[in-house]
Amino acid sequence: MRLSYPSEIKVLQVPCTGRVDILHLLKAIEDGADGVYVAGCLEGECHYLTGNIKTKKKVTYVKQLLEEIGMEPDRVEMYNLSSAQGGRFAEIAREMTEKIRQLGPTPIKN
Amino acid sequence: MIVADRKPLTEILKMIEAEKKILIVGCKGCVTVCNTGGLKEVEILAASLGIARKKENSALTIDTTIIERQCDNEYVAQLSETVNDYDAVLSMACGVGPQFLSEAYPDQKFFPAVNTTFYGGAVAHGIWEERCAGCGTCIIHDFEGLCPIARCAKSLLHGPCGGSSQTKCEINPDTQCIWDLIVSKKMELGKLDDLLGVRELRDWRSARDGGPRRSIREELTQ
Amino acid sequence: MSDLKSGSNLEKVLTAGHFAFTGECGPPKGANVAHLVEKFQHLKGNVDAVNITDNQTAVVRMSSLAASHLMVHEGMEPNFQMVCRDRNRLAITADILGAQALGIKNMLCLSGDHQTFGNHPQAKNVHDIDSMQLIKLVTTMRDKGTFANGEKIDVRPRLFVGAACNPFADPFDYRVHRLAAKIGAGADFIQTQCIYNMDKFREFMRRAVDMGLHEKCYILAGVTPMKNVGMANFMRKFVPGMDVPDTVIKRLKGVEKKDQAEEGIKFAIEQVEEFKEMEGVAGVHMMAIEWEHKVPEIAERCGVLPRPLV
Repeated sequence: MRLSYPSEIKVLQVPCTGRVDILHLLKAIEDGADGVYVAGCLEGECHYLTGNIKTKKKVTYVKQLLEEIGMEPDRVEMYNLSSAQGGRFAEIAREMTEKIRQLGPTPIKN
Repeated sequence: MIVADRKPLTEILKMIEAEKKILIVGCKGCVTVCNTGGLKEVEILAASLGIARKKENSALTIDTTIIERQCDNEYVAQLSETVNDYDAVLSMACGVGPQFLSEAYPDQKFFPAVNTTFYGGAVAHGIWEERCAGCGTCIIHDFEGLCPIARCAKSLLHGPCGGSSQTKCEINPDTQCIWDLIVSKKMELGKLDDLLGVRELRDWRSARDGGPRRSIREELTQ
Repeated sequence: MSDLKSGSNLEKVLTAGHFAFTGECGPPKGANVAHLVEKFQHLKGNVDAVNITDNQTAVVRMSSLAASHLMVHEGMEPNFQMVCRDRNRLAITADILGAQALGIKNMLCLSGDHQTFGNHPQAKNVHDIDSMQLIKLVTTMRDKGTFANGEKIDVRPRLFVGAACNPFADPFDYRVHRLAAKIGAGADFIQTQCIYNMDKFREFMRRAVDMGLHEKCYILAGVTPMKNVGMANFMRKFVPGMDVPDTVIKRLKGVEKKDQAEEGIKFAIEQVEEFKEMEGVAGVHMMAIEWEHKVPEIAERCGVLPRPLV
């Protein structure tokens, strides 16, 4: 579609968001990412049935961990969209980037 | 198996606040099965503590490892080369683990990273429930395979009490009233009379009330 | 049921065949003896015996033993309640001997509400023995003169022993059997949880009478007058094992707020009238908790005054 989305975003592809682990999210934050988000299929439409549902729970768990240690839970997020929604993909990217801008850079110094 | 839950991160951070180099040791036994202290959870704890300390700009080196079981000295011995290289060690095993580690390595500081809770099993993926209180005198066969000592909030032997409501315990609407189950089963089997006598008072000496316990297999001791 | 076990007033009233009328009084959350004695005065002469509660709903109060002794001192008769939640068999036995020494003649054996309901939820659970075993323990002390371990007691307690019964807890079908078990364990009298669902209670009593339980033990029906519809709703929602039917709520709602207490009392009086005629019911246990000053009026209107002198 040749839509643009913020250049601050580094995209990592996985076959299904179910592949994403709690550690991937935590390590990203620990290594200095200002934010991490997971973009999975719409609920009920996961190509592997429930991968996105399981990962939603993992994202919730990571948010709780971050909150426990005094880090903003909104730095980690889960979004759902279908692979046909190019426009939505760009929109989410802008939304997340704006949110992180509001929160400011990560307090983690490596 | 023994079920445990990780301590709150704030509590763990407090334990290690003065330390600069720590080791987190997991256990492949019970805590792996209940997803509290296995390899994955060790790494998650390491990353969480890492984030917390980096945020405070307080350097902390965290190494991770796991042994087969922390309740057997043969495995505990495997840590001997490296265990004393750290300021402190966090054990993710049940309460038995850090104690065995402390005894084996008296010069090192061991902290429990989990709160050990009960003997239970997984009733569904991610949900564990208490089934046994370790009372030392198992009588579940008298109650059709159900334990009132562990599963009744008042450990009644002649329940249910007057608070049993719609199969649930008075203390929590999510808690099954075990006596409701026992009575139903006995009624189904036509064995209600089993419940109508008065049981002898329990001898609690076989439980923790009798003091710390010990079990010896004479035929195995060397 | 022929020879007197304790010689208590309650026992004498029941054995003589009178319809018993007992009351209840909760000790204070402190050591205010004067206030407690003042509460006693409302009940004096209006009931056959007064239940003295034991850390009821796990809220800490002056001990039932002490409060019962104070009542004896006032020339009234306590029904000393004991729960299994807070003490082991050593303390239980010691308190039973203490009760005998202090002139207490009635005792009610209970398991006790779980401590999470109370004001010290962090406390350790005891439950060394349960209410069924407690009934047997105290009746054995009384009738055989032995402690739980078989040793002989020099001066035995002579207590009239009671137990509680909740016909409204689940499973309903088992309740009458559990009552039978308590009677089999030695209970001389039973006081039920407060009743609002009359249909269910009638059915329960029918089954109890069918099993001949009323001939082995005196069954007293529990009554607590509702002060207002708020109390009714609270009890329905938050008190485990309590059955408050819609009809009762509706009845209280149907009158002005200022008249609800009177309506509640009217309902209680109707209940007492029915219990007087109900087969198997030997009396009423009136639990007007923190409403002791209403008891003289309620007793009068229930037609149970004057209390029989035996």
